[in-house]
Amino acid sequence: MGNTAEPKGLDPHIVSGVLESNVIRSLFEGLVGEHPSKDGVALPGVAEKWYPVDTTRPDEWVFEIRKDAQWSDGTPLTAEDFLFSFRRLLTPALASDYSFMLYYIKDAEPYHKSQRSYLLSRNDKNFTKEWWASLKEVDFGPNEEAAENSFNFKGLDFLNAAQLEELRDSPGLFEWPESITAETRAELVRKNIAFVQAGGDLWDLIDFGATAPDPHTLRVKLNSPLPFLPEITKHYTWYPVPRHAVLKHGKIGDRFTDWTKPDNLVCNGAFILKSWKFNDHIEVARNPLYWDKQNVGLNGIRYLPIGNLYTEDRMYYDGQMHVTYTIAPELIDYSREKYPEHVRNELYLGTYFIRTNVNHEPFTDQRVRLAFSLTLDQNSLIDNVLKGGQKPAGGLVPPFGEYPASDAVAFDPERARALLAEAGYPGGKGLPDIEFLTTDKETSKAVAEALQAMWKEHLGASVKIKQLEWTSYITAMFDKDYDLAAGGWIGDYMDPLTFLDMWMKDAGNNRTGWHSEKFQEILAEAAETGDPAERYAVLARAEALFLEERPILPVYWYVRNYLLHPDVKGWDPLILDNHPYKFLRLEPGSGNRLQGR
Amino acid sequence: MIRFLLNRLLQGILVLFALYTITFLLAKAMPGEPFTSEKNVSAETKANIRKLYGLDRPILEQYFIYPKNVLLEGSFGVSTSKGRPVADIIAQSFPNSLLLGLCALGFAIGIGVPIGILSAVRRNSWLDWLCMAIAMIGICVPSFTIGPLLQIHVAAHVPGLKVAGWGNPQDVLLPAFTLGLVSAAYLARLTRGGILEVLSQDFVRTAHAKGIAPITVILKHTLRGGLLPAVAYLGPAFAALISGSFIVETIFQVPGMGQHFVNAATTRDEFLLLGLSLFFGFLIVVMNLLADLLTGLLDPRVRLEGNKD
Repeated sequence: MGNTAEPKGLDPHIVSGVLESNVIRSLFEGLVGEHPSKDGVALPGVAEKWYPVDTTRPDEWVFEIRKDAQWSDGTPLTAEDFLFSFRRLLTPALASDYSFMLYYIKDAEPYHKSQRSYLLSRNDKNFTKEWWASLKEVDFGPNEEAAENSFNFKGLDFLNAAQLEELRDSPGLFEWPESITAETRAELVRKNIAFVQAGGDLWDLIDFGATAPDPHTLRVKLNSPLPFLPEITKHYTWYPVPRHAVLKHGKIGDRFTDWTKPDNLVCNGAFILKSWKFNDHIEVARNPLYWDKQNVGLNGIRYLPIGNLYTEDRMYYDGQMHVTYTIAPELIDYSREKYPEHVRNELYLGTYFIRTNVNHEPFTDQRVRLAFSLTLDQNSLIDNVLKGGQKPAGGLVPPFGEYPASDAVAFDPERARALLAEAGYPGGKGLPDIEFLTTDKETSKAVAEALQAMWKEHLGASVKIKQLEWTSYITAMFDKDYDLAAGGWIGDYMDPLTFLDMWMKDAGNNRTGWHSEKFQEILAEAAETGDPAERYAVLARAEALFLEERPILPVYWYVRNYLLHPDVKGWDPLILDNHPYKFLRLEPGSGNRLQGR
Repeated sequence: MIRFLLNRLLQGILVLFALYTITFLLAKAMPGEPFTSEKNVSAETKANIRKLYGLDRPILEQYFIYPKNVLLEGSFGVSTSKGRPVADIIAQSFPNSLLLGLCALGFAIGIGVPIGILSAVRRNSWLDWLCMAIAMIGICVPSFTIGPLLQIHVAAHVPGLKVAGWGNPQDVLLPAFTLGLVSAAYLARLTRGGILEVLSQDFVRTAHAKGIAPITVILKHTLRGGLLPAVAYLGPAFAALISGSFIVETIFQVPGMGQHFVNAATTRDEFLLLGLSLFFGFLIVVMNLLADLLTGLLDPRVRLEGNKD
């Protein structure tokens, strides 16, 4: 199968991409498994059974690990392996960028963020509630806004012993908010020094939420109720890694070790690593020790890192593969015509939208944002430019499961013109220069030009297109150096929250400058709502409010277009596209041979 | 001779150091960081990653650490985008590029030189015009056109040939042809020019006057001098061929080195960028040296100058 590029690695704790996940999901198995055809349904994985301790308030879960669970080298797999894995992913020195997936677990976040000052003083009786309230204003972590290499830039929690002593002797080196008294400051620095000099380990200071009462029971205490926790554990950040094998090749926080090399890799999934030729292929084969091996239908899978879309399609037509990663937009019509039964077009849990910078004129005005959104002729864009069968976005969260998808977003140029006039720009008169930031890909340009024409035609607005190469584009967006910016979001898990919580005030992926007290209150309400249906209703209210404000202009819901050979059985549409490989079968049929190109 | 070699070696080291400095500065001047990602990464996580790769140290310190690690530990750092040592990436991909480049060079010489000779001998005939027109097309038509054309019209119909992929010996044929075509075309033109120049010289006329067979005149008397421009071109061209090509590699799915140049830049993979630049610079320096030595063997005049130097 096509897999676009060479994975960064096969260590579930180090990678963060889709293509890595495609390989890792064949090698490792989490607590619960994906259902082959039903979205959001969990099947037994390493855990045989799982349940919240209190069903009305699911903030603590129990996972019963199967007794016959074992690693591919025959070592038993126990709850301890999970504890080790969680701790490893949270170890700062490992420098994983997906650790936040475990922040749901109690005390995971302060450990991973090395919140030394907080952990040292939270149980100190001398630190009264009022003190704590004032301390909340202090950023003990690294502050990138501060002068480079100043102590604020490094963060108090990240200073070493020598630096802390320097700070003790000259307190002016770290800038504190006025409200913190000199004694409090000195006390905190003193605590830090004592801890560092004693060679303390922050792990000993936390009350970590995950525990193993016995080798076959894993208890996970969360910060707040999470009815969809099993869905989250399907993500590879929650997979176990073999403690014995990882420690054989290095320490818990060592990032570059050899344990994922072909000869060393020990795993627990339906397949084991057979060969890995850099930039050529990765091949996995049946795991003879897998607990459910009688239900594994394939002998192996070969992943090809094909970056060139056209090459991938040509190789498919040439009969070299069963599944492509994607399909070149220009070849969709051709493939539909020649091999109709091979072309797949499936909804994917992702939304393409345009961010507005609400700190830049004219997008400070909600009416202008709405006007720009109402003039997006989504259907025309999809039919004439994208041609990939995308779905016009009715809201932010794509439709899935029981969640009531929004239809607030629509094409209504007349109302848009009225709103724009109301905002003081009749017929687009008086609008400042607007820049639309997008990437340097050909398709980005085509989309940008189509949108530019729509805004010109319906609003009389002149929008300039600014194309930047990928990393520069991301950087510009982080720096909020844009008026309108193309963007998108792929859901991490099957819950509307993965699309909604990114718009909180301090959420790093917001980048629009928009925030709303009301919105955060509704999300907080949802976090305390245990009943799934009720919770969805609350989240839908949050989405409605968000769409009313419209800091982003939703354009379309993603689809996945790819080629799948009819010989492959058991591959059904899944909105997260995480097909569990163990249910796949290959039944060579007749008449499916591809001829001609 | 030894002095000449030493001299060139010293020059080579200087060139490599200048190359390192420029690449380092350019890498630092690019906006964004190696781990800039679509998803936001917390300041704490960024601090962890910077520390891991030593990017938290002052720039001047970083500038001296890298060459120190290269020289003392033979370590080219770890690629931030591929998660494996840069030396490992070069070691895994260079043999493929070398094989592809050698085959491409074989195609280039095998096609280019005979065509050049033919053109020169039959100069201003229709054959000459035809050959040179083909050569011109070879120079002008880019590999991203020829590659897919070969895939669709040749590989798809010839049994044994695959559209793309790497693993069987015959898989090298189409990418090598695509890669070598431009060089073949250049070689044809250079060979033609070189031979024409020699053909007009007195010793050739003498040879003809002595009644030596025309074919012997060409092969024995003319070729040696006539190939000089082509040989001078071959040095750097060879280095370029064996260091891979982004386009040919991605079209034919070859696990070579060329794609890493482009990817390293777009992903701000500083160490990979430095490692590849230095490796490529090293290849160029060595190949130029070899080309000079070869020219010395072919042309006694250069040898003399070399000795005086």
